[in-house]
Amino acid sequence: MAFLIRQTLIYAIPLMIVALAGIFSERSGTINLALEGIMIFGAFCGVVFVRGMQNLGWFAQAKADGNWMALQGYLLLAMLGAAILGAIFSLLLGFAAIKLKADQTIGGTALNMLAPAIVLFLIRLTAKQNTLLLVSGDSASWFLIKKTMLGFDKNQDIGVLGEAFLNKVYLTTYVCIIVFVILSVLLYRTKFGLRLRACGENPQAADSLGINVFKMRYAGVLISGALAGMGGFVFSVTTANCSSNGDVAGFGFLALAVMIFGNWKPLNVAGGALLFGLFKCIAACYSTLDVNGDGIYTLANIGINSNVYRLLPYLITLLVLMFTSKKSRAPKAEGIPYDKGMR
Amino acid sequence: MKSRESFRNSDSFRTLISSLISILIGLLAGAVIIFIVGLTNSSISFSGAVEGIKIVLFGVFSTGRSAGGALSFGFNPVNMGNLFFRAAPLVLTGLSVAVANKTGLFNIGAPGQYLAGTCASLFIALSIPSSRMAPGLIWLLALLGGMLAGALWGSIPGMLKAMLNMNEVIACIMTNWIAANLVTWLFDISKLKNTAEGTKTGYIYKTTYNGVATPKFGLDKIFAGSQINGGIIIAMILCVIMYVVMEKTTFGFQLKACGANRYAAKYAGIKDRRNIILSMAMAGAMAGAAGSLYYLSGNTEFFWSTYQSLPAEGFTGIAVALLAVNNPIGVIFSGIFMSMLNISGMQLTYLTAYNEYITDVIIAVIVYMSAFSLIIRTMLAGRKKNIAGANANAEPGKREQTLPDAREMASSSAAVKEKEA
Repeated sequence: MAFLIRQTLIYAIPLMIVALAGIFSERSGTINLALEGIMIFGAFCGVVFVRGMQNLGWFAQAKADGNWMALQGYLLLAMLGAAILGAIFSLLLGFAAIKLKADQTIGGTALNMLAPAIVLFLIRLTAKQNTLLLVSGDSASWFLIKKTMLGFDKNQDIGVLGEAFLNKVYLTTYVCIIVFVILSVLLYRTKFGLRLRACGENPQAADSLGINVFKMRYAGVLISGALAGMGGFVFSVTTANCSSNGDVAGFGFLALAVMIFGNWKPLNVAGGALLFGLFKCIAACYSTLDVNGDGIYTLANIGINSNVYRLLPYLITLLVLMFTSKKSRAPKAEGIPYDKGMR
Repeated sequence: MKSRESFRNSDSFRTLISSLISILIGLLAGAVIIFIVGLTNSSISFSGAVEGIKIVLFGVFSTGRSAGGALSFGFNPVNMGNLFFRAAPLVLTGLSVAVANKTGLFNIGAPGQYLAGTCASLFIALSIPSSRMAPGLIWLLALLGGMLAGALWGSIPGMLKAMLNMNEVIACIMTNWIAANLVTWLFDISKLKNTAEGTKTGYIYKTTYNGVATPKFGLDKIFAGSQINGGIIIAMILCVIMYVVMEKTTFGFQLKACGANRYAAKYAGIKDRRNIILSMAMAGAMAGAAGSLYYLSGNTEFFWSTYQSLPAEGFTGIAVALLAVNNPIGVIFSGIFMSMLNISGMQLTYLTAYNEYITDVIIAVIVYMSAFSLIIRTMLAGRKKNIAGANANAEPGKREQTLPDAREMASSSAAVKEKEA
């Protein structure tokens, strides 16, 4: 059970944070189809940062000192780097969509094509292969928090929830949850959030009240880019062993679907992300899934082809969207470039 | 003289210019990246960077390196033949995206439809023993089956859009990944996995294993040693058929009317739901044909475990269609251009320290630029109008009379949707 919760969170957290990225952009009025591309770019940048710090010998030093706090600090630093560079990358979309009033779907698609191309170009050029790996060790050995680090004894029983949330977890999970809560509050309980949402609903009205629509939309896209970049790196650390290969397995698109499923509202999105995270988790590790702890792998014994499990998250997304699409309500001005002269 | 003058002021001329500007900027961006990387990377010298740029531009004509180590250029039948061979699927996926775009739908589902077509074609081509049926007939059945499978797969997002008003982009993306997993599953439980050649794992038999292959129409004589076959000719024929359907028939007009304004079309008595579904089905059939033709060639092998990635041909199709501004005839040229970039990329990996992904960067930049092609065209029109206005009485309101293109259509239909809601 603890294993199931842990694994579900690993898949749900990137989805959740990237779906929030989509919310920020779309609530300010810009369709962000480029989430996938920004994730890929963010993952690459984060991995490059980690490699840089490894090359400087910081990691080995911290490990030798037994200073796992420092390692977590370096992880945070890399997350920050990925977020900043993700934001810069998303400016390409912002510039096209807001300043030049270009088609946002095409702009996003272009970024989705550009990110893997440029990332793979650079990786192949430097690493002579298609995957950029860590210099040494794997992401679990550097970043995984075990219960012994938190002062528990190795054989101490800390309960199912303790096992799920305190043993063998990544700091990224908690950072993402905190960021998610803070930004949700920002979106719904502050002046800035209200203004941002106004620009996605009725920019003309917002403008008439003295809000700078362009600035607000840029802010939305930048926050979106930062979150998606960070989400990409989190995905890479927790599921891809901190490597980058120009691919995030369609998580950016899945996050878009989660966002629509969650009706552009953070709380619903968090729920949706958990649901899809669960199915993704089942798809990834159904064969070693032992729900009630009796040593029997129930799902593996049913004998359903593994491809069915892999197919499920997407099929369920589609089915859920079928039932919710009638009720879904996108931000009204989403996708329409702001034109001062238009009524 | 008059006609030439009016052509230069026409919308299609401006469209052509804006596409050429997109290409130019894309190539420029690629050249700049090659240059910067060449100067900062110690293993690549200045001359290496220049060589890289040369290959990107003229890779098709590359004939390798001379004895002295310098790049040599000339007519290369293998490259040329492969150029046309690889162009066929790109032209068709481009056509797929273009057809859907005419109806105001963004068909990002081409990769899934491509896979559906591939899967159906391979099953038909390899399951019917050629001892029972003429290989030519099997080939035709396989191609038609592939198109049908693509059409069915494309009509799913079409139906979701028409009936439930679901965003077709999301529906397409989900059906893409479902197709990728479904195809893997079907081949996983099939008997078509290549076990005869022990060195290869994860591949399906070539269709020549059953004696089925696309006819070559003598093209292999011109481009000796290459993979070329009649696929490119079939692709061109399909483009012409689509052009006629879209531009010369009532049905095509109805589709375009739906794209311009779905609700106005409905008001005029056009069945908007039926047309949206049919448009996506046609788009799917074209993408399905792309997959069929590529794998029915007899010299390509399908890697069946596709669940982790989607075929790049589908996404390149978006670039092909955008560059051709959704013109069914235009996609022939833009498809061949993209294929040329592909060949250049392979030559780049083969001959220099760079790799083929730079051509993907160029394609992405071209797509990015085509997002503002409308602005470029408006700018060109404004400049022309100013000159004409200074000279004499220009034709007032000429631009307003021309049919708005798909992007204007899309935004106007979005605006109408909003008013309805």
